[in-house]
Amino acid sequence: MQDIPVIELNDVSKIYPLLSGDVVALDHLSIRIDRGEFVAIMGPSGSGKSTLLNQIGGLDVPTSGVLKITGKNIRHMSDIELTDLRLNAIGYIFQKFNLIPLLTAYENVEYPYILKHRDNDTTGRVSRLLADVGIDRKMAEHKPAELSGGQQQRVAVARALVNDPDILLCDEPTGNLDTKTGGQIMDMLTDLNRQGRTVIIVTHDPLVGERAERIIRIKDGKVEGS
Amino acid sequence: MKKDIILQLSVRSIRLNFLRSVLAAIGIVIGVVAIASMGMMGANMTMSVTEQLSAMANVLVVKADTGGGGGFFGGGPGESSGTISKKTSSSSVSTKDYITKSEFDDLLRAAGKYGTVYPLYQTSDKIQVGDNQGRAAIYGMREDDMASVLIVDQGELPKSAGSVVVGPTLADRQGLTLGSRITIGDATKNESVQKFRVVGILKQKGMSMDLNSDNGIIMPEKSYVGIVGGMEQYDQVNVIVSDIKNINTTKSAITDQLNRKKNVVSIQDSSRMLESITSTVGTLTTFVMAIAGISLLVAAISIFNVMMMSVTERIREIGILRSIGTQKSEIRRMFLYEAIILGLVGAGIGAIMSVILGWLVVLAMVGTTDYFFTYQSLIYVPVSMTIGIAICIFSGVYPAWRAANLDPIEALRAE
Repeated sequence: MQDIPVIELNDVSKIYPLLSGDVVALDHLSIRIDRGEFVAIMGPSGSGKSTLLNQIGGLDVPTSGVLKITGKNIRHMSDIELTDLRLNAIGYIFQKFNLIPLLTAYENVEYPYILKHRDNDTTGRVSRLLADVGIDRKMAEHKPAELSGGQQQRVAVARALVNDPDILLCDEPTGNLDTKTGGQIMDMLTDLNRQGRTVIIVTHDPLVGERAERIIRIKDGKVEGS
Repeated sequence: MKKDIILQLSVRSIRLNFLRSVLAAIGIVIGVVAIASMGMMGANMTMSVTEQLSAMANVLVVKADTGGGGGFFGGGPGESSGTISKKTSSSSVSTKDYITKSEFDDLLRAAGKYGTVYPLYQTSDKIQVGDNQGRAAIYGMREDDMASVLIVDQGELPKSAGSVVVGPTLADRQGLTLGSRITIGDATKNESVQKFRVVGILKQKGMSMDLNSDNGIIMPEKSYVGIVGGMEQYDQVNVIVSDIKNINTTKSAITDQLNRKKNVVSIQDSSRMLESITSTVGTLTTFVMAIAGISLLVAAISIFNVMMMSVTERIREIGILRSIGTQKSEIRRMFLYEAIILGLVGAGIGAIMSVILGWLVVLAMVGTTDYFFTYQSLIYVPVSMTIGIAICIFSGVYPAWRAANLDPIEALRAE
């Protein structure tokens, strides 16, 4: 297991065909991320990091090249397989938290669990995760709109972890938070990495990048250096 | 307890947009109520008319088969409106237009056990009461048959040759009372003219196939033959079947007895008329229901609109759901559930209301609710409910499909 990288990009290109000419978002990119790494992907806007994130997150597939997530090539996966991959192997943390407004904090965390297990959580995992991120029982009964940004992001972290994913994928996780709360979220992610999880953060904030063990810089769809 | 999280999401979405959902459901309620109550009205009308008509459905009218085939609709009264039947002269000698005594005896043998069989002479002639002139149907009957078929309201049945009974409508029109005198026959056409005395007035009978007595003069066989001639050459033979279930048996018994070699007699029953009337009512009902159906179409558009709004409003949410691992089919299910819930609630309320409103409509339009709680009438409640729910699901399909096929990346980017 240790030999298989969680993420492996080999000569990956993503081209968006437009009327005005093709847009090359990823240009023959090769990246390897091993299990347990804490990686920051950095680059200016328009550098292709969002596109890269979408590929790693299984929301999109490359035009050419090989992209393996936990050893599986996703380029020829069906939508159903990709969705399953997102459910089971990837924990997503977004800049805008992206909790489901109709569900309470508890239910938001439980939601992916139910999708995976086809049943409610009876193991206490959801409560434990919420407690771990510092959301108490009473707060967990609230809808996302009734929580502060920091609290919402904590719930989002708990949700990302509920199906025990191989990869934690964070898209500007502190972008919508003040420095203090952002710092707390970063501490949380660092802790998770120490516990052995692979954490990938996409950011343009150098302070966030500093916390990572490795920085991959992207510019114009190419790796600039690491 | 296991709960369907997708269903939960649908329920909560409806609750969140409560007013909008209620309005959409009201559309379905109105549609279901309209279709159900119109359908029930039609069913009740059909049953009520059928009941009224089947009072005369137990009568078979047997006439000589003149080879002409059809054209009997309406039965005896229609034909009796002509002039005096010509008993003996006919352009085609080979066909006769009356039933002979021996044929009548055969008829009696075949159908006698199923009910009353009686022969009838009938014609129509000029009559004169005082200075009033007019025409009337004139029937000749055997005296025994009179006693068993006719119901006298005033006076008595004719016993002597010079006396007749008249129907109540004719009596009213001509101002006839017991003891009035009627002159029958047209002197200007060299017919024999005779005077008769009214000894009885019949009870109102209403429309019927066999003997339209309300508007006629009925006299004994002998008197009739005295004016018209043609003793034992009956214009028609009526069979009043005691049990309506035996109508077809009786018909085939007569056919077997008389029409084995060639068509001697033609038999008419009221089933064709009944069929024609019920089918007319049915057509009307379908038409009215189609108009009611337009309200369901409007409801469908409103549901569709609500669903599309729901999809548009929740694009971002759909993006989140998709990105954290919700399958397309589950998104589809979520929106279809929403449509189904609206449909079920709307159709449920509609069903209850259509029973109440349907009852009122039937009372107002048909005049009786005797048939309301019958299977044929109440079946429209589940039928219209099903139509309502089906329409809801149908109008939810496209929005659900659209939601499911949104690009998750695009959807996540939406504000």
